[in-house]
Amino acid sequence: MKLNERSVAHYATCDSPADHAGFLRKRVERHHHHAHHHGTSYQRRWFVLKGNLLFYFEERDSREPVGLVVLEGCTVELCEAAEEFAFAIRFDDAGAKAYVLVADGQAAMEAWVKALSRASFDYMRLVVRELEKQLEEACKSLAACRKSPWRSSSSGRKRHLSNPALQPLQEKPTTLENGYSTWSSGGCVAGGATCTDHDGGQPKPPPLPPRRRLAASSATGSPAPGLSPAMLESPVSPETICFSKLHNWYGQEIAVLRREWQERQKRGHP
Amino acid sequence: MRYNERELLSLARQPAEKAAEIRMSVPKKGNVLKKRLVKLVVNFLFYFRTDEAEPIGALLLEHCKITKEEENVFSISFIEEPERKYCFECATKEQCQEWVEALRRASYEFLRRSLIFYRNEIQKMTGKDPLEQYGISEEARFQLGAHRQ
Repeated sequence: MKLNERSVAHYATCDSPADHAGFLRKRVERHHHHAHHHGTSYQRRWFVLKGNLLFYFEERDSREPVGLVVLEGCTVELCEAAEEFAFAIRFDDAGAKAYVLVADGQAAMEAWVKALSRASFDYMRLVVRELEKQLEEACKSLAACRKSPWRSSSSGRKRHLSNPALQPLQEKPTTLENGYSTWSSGGCVAGGATCTDHDGGQPKPPPLPPRRRLAASSATGSPAPGLSPAMLESPVSPETICFSKLHNWYGQEIAVLRREWQERQKRGHP
Repeated sequence: MRYNERELLSLARQPAEKAAEIRMSVPKKGNVLKKRLVKLVVNFLFYFRTDEAEPIGALLLEHCKITKEEENVFSISFIEEPERKYCFECATKEQCQEWVEALRRASYEFLRRSLIFYRNEIQKMTGKDPLEQYGISEEARFQLGAHRQ
């Protein structure tokens, strides 16, 4: 099976930050039968973890990786090797070989095991979905607050205005919030615009991932070919396919809130 | 570069986010379009001859550019070699648009940026870091303001 190896190697060595990196000793499979000793041998390699891919290099400054371990679907466990600080990357497949790696010390081993066990795309996707839900709930309670009657809403609003969570709206934009100015012009994929995937050096906020109408347990996605992501139009937030739409919706909420507040101010001052 | 092909082949057999028969061409002489079964699983795009169980090839979808070329044609190219394009001719413009959108969201790096975005938004709205309850706030891969490409 062919793999776009040149591009993969480029991804390994480009300066996008790694999720973890360090020296590890890698147990070597012994293929030759003229070995003089019967113990296992290890090779020290420079390992770089990016996303769900673990690359290893001969040296820290090597220009190309020697190898790659695709981590999707693996389990990481401490292992009972003769070596201290050893752990193994294993796969479901019965015949698959395990990668036995040895760290320099306890702390390094623990850090690697932690980093590797959370490296899968599936895990990342789960966390993103969870946060997406939480954001929707946070919006809901914001909307609910707005709908309450005048008296309680004024105090509610006062609480809101003093709530540090609302203040960022008036703050000077931080580097992440700067994205607001670019999102409305560049964020939406629809309309035939070629929204590029690579950033070209700028932090580019993404259009939100599609809402998935899948059971939480189905981690690997829909089996039906050609099925487009389920679109749930919830009563409190629009479909999240197009970020600029969501952004406008947020903006409308704020605009209405601000207008109501200003009207109350006017009424309060004859 | 060595890699665990066995696991990649196993990944190719898993349920896909998206799969369809699409005519595609690989960047080499001729650029002939051939009908393939194209299957998106996590951040890999596998392509099979339509009657075979094992893929002919796999594309890692990191640092790539998905371009809508014509009404029902899109291409995938990679940052370091923008002229080398994998072209896909879809049956309809709707199918083309669906694939373009799905592929643009298919990278691990995209997921990471989404996570950072949501985390930031929730923190602004509620004053709380949503990752704290999972004990993963300090993980390098989730850091706010990390300038990632």
